[in-house]
Amino acid sequence: MPTACLRRISRVEDNAALAEQFDDLAQQHEAASLGMWVFLVTEILFFGGLFAGYTVYRTSYPEAFREASHHLDVLLGSINTIVLITSSLTMALAVHSAMAGRRRALVVYLLLTLVLGAVFLGIKGTEYAHKYEQGLVPGTLFAYSGPHPGQVELFMLFYFVMTGLHALHLIVGLGMLGILAVLAWRGQFSADYYAPVETGGLYWHFIDIVWIFLLPLLYLIGLH
Amino acid sequence: MMQPLLPRRIYYGVYGALLVLTLLTVGVAYLDLGPMNIAAALVIAICKALLVMLFFMHLRFSSHLTWIVAGAGVIWLAHLLIFTLSDYLTRGWLVVPGW
Repeated sequence: MPTACLRRISRVEDNAALAEQFDDLAQQHEAASLGMWVFLVTEILFFGGLFAGYTVYRTSYPEAFREASHHLDVLLGSINTIVLITSSLTMALAVHSAMAGRRRALVVYLLLTLVLGAVFLGIKGTEYAHKYEQGLVPGTLFAYSGPHPGQVELFMLFYFVMTGLHALHLIVGLGMLGILAVLAWRGQFSADYYAPVETGGLYWHFIDIVWIFLLPLLYLIGLH
Repeated sequence: MMQPLLPRRIYYGVYGALLVLTLLTVGVAYLDLGPMNIAAALVIAICKALLVMLFFMHLRFSSHLTWIVAGAGVIWLAHLLIFTLSDYLTRGWLVVPGW
């Protein structure tokens, strides 16, 4: 038997965290994170269509979009940005704890991230409730009487679809964080095997990046 | 390549930069810069996204293959936006008789 093959067998036996189809832990880890990046690229395609549609109508109706943007709550939007960025920090620290093999810290940071994500959704929910009360929900409930009602309705449609799709991703992320926290508590992760935490982190940070673009495009265009 | 265990102060530093950039983007939005408003907002957002990708998502320390995949997504998005706008923004530039 060739020595390279023997060496591989001994290495596989050395480490329970290594699946047999991989040469070593580094390759196994890269395969996992690369797979997540490929998924995130499809997410860019998914959100990209909405951003392109927004761009087309924003350039077509700049006045109406600015007028409509006035009806969004800049303070709540900014607070939510800070909440989500903070949750990205706690997620990064969770991955860091997983890499260092610190189980308790990993669980705490995962739960902190989950709580911050829930706070974001709560603030988003109160914003949606305000829009409902103000008659700014597009459709039969829409009751806006400004200079450009039709185009303001279009903006609100983009607002609800883009932030709604973002919130949907966040809800999926909360479920993911809950599962990761349970697995981490049971001691499923170690310094050798933390790919689920790392890839979960990649997904969570992607949600953060989408929001980083939504804030200036939706909330901040009508301020000056 | 296994990712190195970064010192935690890198994460805190990136977090601080993200907070500063968030305040900056809100502040700049109150100034009337004409067409530069959207440019400033997008430049700040791209900087924030790059910080998140490079450090929080460890792209800085990932393999070249991962860079290519992530870059493919960004380049695809650029194509979508540039080609769409090259249509919508240039409509009416040429006067075509009969249209």
